[in-house]
Amino acid sequence: MLLIFEQLLNGLQYGAMLFMLAAGLTLIFGIMGVINLMHGSFYMVGAYCGAFAIIQTGSFLAGVLCALLGAGLYGLLVEVTIIRKLYQRDHLYQVLATFGMILFTNQAMTLIFGRTPPMVEIPAILSGSVPLGGGLEYPIMRLALIVVGAVVAVGLWYLVTRTRVGMLVRAGADDREMVDALGIDIRKLYTAVFGFGAVLCGLAGVMAAPLLAVEIGMGERILITTFVVIVIGGVGSVRGALVGALLVGMVDSMGRAFLPQLLQLVFTPTIADALGAGLVSASIYVLMAIVLIVRPKGLLPARG
Amino acid sequence: MRQRIAFGGLFLLLVAVPIAQWLNYPFAVSFLTRFAIYALAAVSLDLVLGYGALVSFGHAMFFALGGYVVGISAFHVTDAEPLFGWLGSNSALIVWPIAMLACGVLGALVGMLALRTSGVQFIMITLAFGQMVYFLLVSLQAYGGDDGLLMKRPNTIPGLNLANPTVMYYVCVTALVVWTAFCMRLVDSHFGMVLRALRQSERRAINLGVAPHSHRLLAFIISAMGTGLAGVLWANYALLVTPDMASWAKSGEFMAVVILGGVGTLLGPIAGALVFTGLEGVMSALTEHWMLFVGPILVLVAVYGRSGLLGALLKERHV
Repeated sequence: MLLIFEQLLNGLQYGAMLFMLAAGLTLIFGIMGVINLMHGSFYMVGAYCGAFAIIQTGSFLAGVLCALLGAGLYGLLVEVTIIRKLYQRDHLYQVLATFGMILFTNQAMTLIFGRTPPMVEIPAILSGSVPLGGGLEYPIMRLALIVVGAVVAVGLWYLVTRTRVGMLVRAGADDREMVDALGIDIRKLYTAVFGFGAVLCGLAGVMAAPLLAVEIGMGERILITTFVVIVIGGVGSVRGALVGALLVGMVDSMGRAFLPQLLQLVFTPTIADALGAGLVSASIYVLMAIVLIVRPKGLLPARG
Repeated sequence: MRQRIAFGGLFLLLVAVPIAQWLNYPFAVSFLTRFAIYALAAVSLDLVLGYGALVSFGHAMFFALGGYVVGISAFHVTDAEPLFGWLGSNSALIVWPIAMLACGVLGALVGMLALRTSGVQFIMITLAFGQMVYFLLVSLQAYGGDDGLLMKRPNTIPGLNLANPTVMYYVCVTALVVWTAFCMRLVDSHFGMVLRALRQSERRAINLGVAPHSHRLLAFIISAMGTGLAGVLWANYALLVTPDMASWAKSGEFMAVVILGGVGTLLGPIAGALVFTGLEGVMSALTEHWMLFVGPILVLVAVYGRSGLLGALLKERHV
């Protein structure tokens, strides 16, 4: 029972991180129609910038600032120089351009930060664990990630549904020309949304830095999982991204914890181990396939 | 125009190796073989990408499956117990058709699910299926897991020695030429007309009484089989199959090759493969950080090169 509760929290924590990435990605797709494979690269840039600042200054706060700034500025730069030219183009070209930028970013990060992955320690204020009753001790760092994810979710909901900027963004998603005709500079709005998505990636990256390995290629792994989240939730829908992220987080951590034992009930240990490892990695894709068979547009598709 | 380019290209493919040997350039045969295999995969991908207007981002799974069928069959001949009573095989005439058939079956399964959606969802679903295959291959500990599976020798074809690089090259070129000719016939046939009509206006085509799903699915299956054949040849060329053959980066490379050459032209992707593998070869020889240059080149192609290298010549434009 205790183990199940702990795994629930692990799933929540992973889901919170995935949500920060998926929200930006699906916002960018829903509003601008751009399929951005580089999203994972922004996450990696954020993690590297954050790790670098933390190691240099010893301050986690400086790391967070550096990560947000690094990922955000890189996002703005990419939008202005490349993405802007691809809004009206077929997905194919967006895929190729952003794929090329992944290769470039990976190599550039290797050149700037070197091949050895930077090690980030959990900041003093977030280290240790808290008792959650029933004998369960849960690491504060992971709880912090859940809290940050929840804050982002609430903040995003407020921004999109309750503010003027959010209204314009929603209007722009429905009818680009109309918003343009209202005298709003839609180009600047798009640049801002893209940059904002990159900032969220940076946040996820720096929060993950003490928990996961900061390395080249971390962006691609998480990007594909983020795609799964978005497809499950419904492309272009922020609510869907939240539901998808939590679902994928839960399935992944539950699978990792319990699938090998379950398989051992049926198979011999060696077969169960080998099969379990493969199935756990593939479990979220199986989940996605099931969701798509039932609902091809995802669980909570965007309106329109 | 298309025929002239085809014959010119075919002539170049056939004389490339003798010229390279005459110039005493030893890497050329290996490079040209890699090019032919890439071109075969790219032509196959173009069938769905260019004519079906379906952006498949998981085509590397077929490349890997083709390779693994060959690798695993050979493995059971020499190094392992029979597989469900089958002793394995090293004969190309047996293993290659099985590999293509397996890719066709996988293509049918993935296609049936993926074609329930379209647009960006289709891209993501094919990507995810590719990942499933990738993780499955990584978890196959009996067949090397992460490290992949070595082959002791290439498959046997009566009268041909695939261990000879020149012979291997001509086998790959033959496969490329035959498959491309088949695909050209296909897109000019009634079937190809329907695919193109669907690409231009799905609604209009449906109103004319066309069944979109079955035509696209068939295109996807044929494309999977061609990509699988490329994987088969790769296994015989490299004598090694690894899970990386199914990685999404490989799918991205195939896609880049097609766009580079010209989407929806069939011959364009062959030129794209030549430029891409050439670029890769030259850049990686010059600098260890060659991705730093290849990445931006792909971006430039995407932003400015709408019709690819041969697209304008072949006058078959997508989008």
